[in-house]
Amino acid sequence: MGDYVRQMPHQGSDDMARPPSAAMRFHIDVPLLLLLMALTVYGLFVLYSASGQSMAAVIRQGRYFLVAYVIMILGAQVSLQRYMRWAPWLYLLGVGTLLAVMFVGVGAKGAQRWLEVGGFRFQPSEIMKLVVPMGVAWFLADRILPPRAGYVLGALILLGLPALLILQQPDLGTALLIAVSGLFVLFMAGIGWRYIFGAVVLAVASAWPAWMFVFKDYQKQRILTMLNPESDKLGAGWNIIQSKTAIGSGGWQGKGWMKGTQSQLDFLPESHTDFIIAVLAEEYGLRGILLLLSIYLLILLRGFWIGLQAQTGFGRMMAGSLTLTFFVYIFVNMGMVAGLLPVVGVPLPLVSAGGTSVVTLMAGFGMLMAISTEKRMVAR
Amino acid sequence: MPQYIALKDPLRESRIYSARTIGAIILVVGLLAVIVVRYHSLQITEYENYRTQSDRNRIQLQPLPPKRGLIYDRNGVLLADNRPSYILSVVREQVPDLEATLVELQALVPVSDSDLEKFHKKLTRRRPYEAVPLRFRLTEEEQARLAVNRYRLPGVVVDAQLLRHYPHGELFSHALGYVGRINEREVLMLDETQYRGTFHVGKVGVEKYYEDILHGEVGYQNVESNAHGRVLRVLERHAPTPGADLTLHLDIRVQQAAVDALGDRRGAVVAIDPLTGGVLALVSAPGFDTNLFVNGISSVDYSALRDSLDVPLFNRAIQGQYPPGSTIKPIMAMAGLESGLVTPESTVADPGWYKLPGDRRKYRDWILRIRGTGHAPRVDMNMAIAQSCDVYFYDLARRLTIDRMYEYLHPYGFGTRTGIDTTSERPGILPSTRWKREAMAQPWYPGETLSAGIGQGYMLVTPMQLAVATSVLASKGQRKTPHLLQAIDGQPVAPPPLEPLIAKQENWQEVYKGMREVVHGKRGTAKYLAKGIEYEMAGKTGTAQVIGIAQNAVYNEDEVAERHRHHGLFIAFAPIEAPTIAVAIIVENGGGSSAAAPIARAVIDTWLLGEAG
Repeated sequence: MGDYVRQMPHQGSDDMARPPSAAMRFHIDVPLLLLLMALTVYGLFVLYSASGQSMAAVIRQGRYFLVAYVIMILGAQVSLQRYMRWAPWLYLLGVGTLLAVMFVGVGAKGAQRWLEVGGFRFQPSEIMKLVVPMGVAWFLADRILPPRAGYVLGALILLGLPALLILQQPDLGTALLIAVSGLFVLFMAGIGWRYIFGAVVLAVASAWPAWMFVFKDYQKQRILTMLNPESDKLGAGWNIIQSKTAIGSGGWQGKGWMKGTQSQLDFLPESHTDFIIAVLAEEYGLRGILLLLSIYLLILLRGFWIGLQAQTGFGRMMAGSLTLTFFVYIFVNMGMVAGLLPVVGVPLPLVSAGGTSVVTLMAGFGMLMAISTEKRMVAR
Repeated sequence: MPQYIALKDPLRESRIYSARTIGAIILVVGLLAVIVVRYHSLQITEYENYRTQSDRNRIQLQPLPPKRGLIYDRNGVLLADNRPSYILSVVREQVPDLEATLVELQALVPVSDSDLEKFHKKLTRRRPYEAVPLRFRLTEEEQARLAVNRYRLPGVVVDAQLLRHYPHGELFSHALGYVGRINEREVLMLDETQYRGTFHVGKVGVEKYYEDILHGEVGYQNVESNAHGRVLRVLERHAPTPGADLTLHLDIRVQQAAVDALGDRRGAVVAIDPLTGGVLALVSAPGFDTNLFVNGISSVDYSALRDSLDVPLFNRAIQGQYPPGSTIKPIMAMAGLESGLVTPESTVADPGWYKLPGDRRKYRDWILRIRGTGHAPRVDMNMAIAQSCDVYFYDLARRLTIDRMYEYLHPYGFGTRTGIDTTSERPGILPSTRWKREAMAQPWYPGETLSAGIGQGYMLVTPMQLAVATSVLASKGQRKTPHLLQAIDGQPVAPPPLEPLIAKQENWQEVYKGMREVVHGKRGTAKYLAKGIEYEMAGKTGTAQVIGIAQNAVYNEDEVAERHRHHGLFIAFAPIEAPTIAVAIIVENGGGSSAAAPIARAVIDTWLLGEAG
């Protein structure tokens, strides 16, 4: 940790007056850490109930969290400089593994998403959620911002290539998330509003051809089901009808911990993974939802704050992109469970059971902490 | 690097970044507000809806079908009970490979194509985790085979259900009727609540007439069940009220005696207790096994029953309408005596035929073609009944006129439904000038009065009506609505009595005398019945023509086709001093009354002496 390069302009700070605390020495952003811990503890309570009072599920998830916190803290120790230096190589490695998946990957349910190395299975697209914004941020970091058209195009190619590779796995949800995380970098880099509006217009205009030629039948079905779940009550509509029922029947107060009938009696599908928010809504009511959203909002605001405090373009863009991507998870998951968005496989960040997304997200927060301590270390 | 540094403007970049951050925060807060609004609308605005919905998910109102009431005969013999029947069902969600499972099941138990078709139809319209029935009425062996293989057939369920069973199916087919699966038309007519969970309803006969009493009251339970349909606990339970048990007046011994005596001939036997109007036997032959109908009769069995020339599904006892023939004569005699047109002493000349004044046509007596002459030079009432003299009654009918005949005969129950407590009874025809004008738009001809006087022509009666009329005779005018039901759950019930028929005591006695002569007299038309008889029986023979016989043609039993032979009829009551049974019998194409009379003896012997005829 000794290789901080003091190249940033000096800024006056109160930090200078105090000796470095332990948190600062280990590059920990204490407010963010506390918020994350609050979130994960809250999530474990919901999980206990959602998994049918399975202590084993809670312990398994707790173990994931433990690993994820360790990765976050380790990630926080890496200097931003190093992240930036690694970014292009990580990017190339990522694209390489995606290509490998294409040719030698293993799959399930008609999708080829995994790579097996020495009996160890991993999903390269998951890592790309961090690597793509890093690549784009690296590409734009030394440019004059807002970037000129040519660099915007370059950035689009950087984010588009892996997105397309993932799209053909096929995994529309992840492809979109990865593309969006790259686009957030561009947004935070300050690309002109005309690009943004142009993109929005293009997206709307391409909706029809996409529907006709790109979307697979199962994807169309999901969208149709979201629009009218009653059309297929026992099939695809079942999930969404049951999750809306679970949420709605929770009311303001909720039915009480472990007393949600929809979830406890198995009416709610995927109750401990993608649809866990419905369990929370049913058992804790709107109160519980507002509490969760408050924690999320504070985490998001802390993320933006870190970005505002960042000293380098790379750090700023990464902080903005990581924070906005985190938000997209929240919005997409809560929207889909409440019937606002089609059902896509997006977990509720740090609450849904599962290890992969937790590790990726916490690695992101590790990077965010690295960004947050950068300026203070620099200031020192 | 240095050349870029010269061009970069950190302050401007920082400012742009701050602006974008504010934009991002606005976006984030705005979209989170959308989420909050959405959850608010689900959880607060539409709370009641979703709360109800979730309760409906979780709580199921399960109907508890009532047990159908049992039916007993007067001796306490069970005529209709409920037996557990085993149903093979499949829970689709628990079956890994439906096709393979169906193939396996077909190897274990026979499954017909129509079973399969119904199964697949039902499969598409089921709730998740609902068991779909594949086969009904598993035999014990089939159950055992399924039980042995159950471990490798997940999702295959064998359930028990109570099904109607008739221990004496064919014996009581027309007396009891039967239940069957509720059909689409009945679904619309039945009380939806009361028949939740019930699959059967009375279709005909007592089973239909007393459906409300037999069915009982549906119960229900609120159960909490999970999404897989497994019941976790019962929240609330209202037990069903079983249907009331019925005791009928029917006597299995009498019924059996009647069926045995009829043998394989077509016909009907009705026996009534004149004191109560209770029906002791109600037989229509041929019958059929009512158990066939309980769970849906196969089309082969059904068309066999439907297309049989013997029309086994036709209840001759209450639907069959026959000319009463000479069995009407005792009642005609009552009419003559009561009207004062005849006395026991008055006589009529009997040359073997009768002529209307101013008409050349001869109305012949049946005896003419046997003896070539009349019964005797002059015939009185006693002889007229005992020997079934047509001429006597031609004369009486002419003098009485058809419309007064209607007045005198109607109180015996002719020409209207008797009101017996079963279904599809027919009213028969008691002709009058008015009836002919209305039904046929024709005037009444005097010759038709003569035919009516001997129970021919337009007059039609059901065996039930004939038994009721005999019962009125036997009880000296005590009119009762015939009924099968004796008691509900042990509590005796009886229909309200009808206004009695008032007639002079000596007139009844006079007619009884004639009817006694029929059986016990030297020249009675059924004197062969008296052999070895231990009581006194009053009877009257009758013959009904199936085809018209031309004026001078001779009816030769051997030459006419079996189905064109005369119907044989007989009415009787016994013991004469204090009658406890009145019977009416018809044997279709029996040739004559001698086919019917022995059946009466067998039935009455069984009733009075307790022996099988």
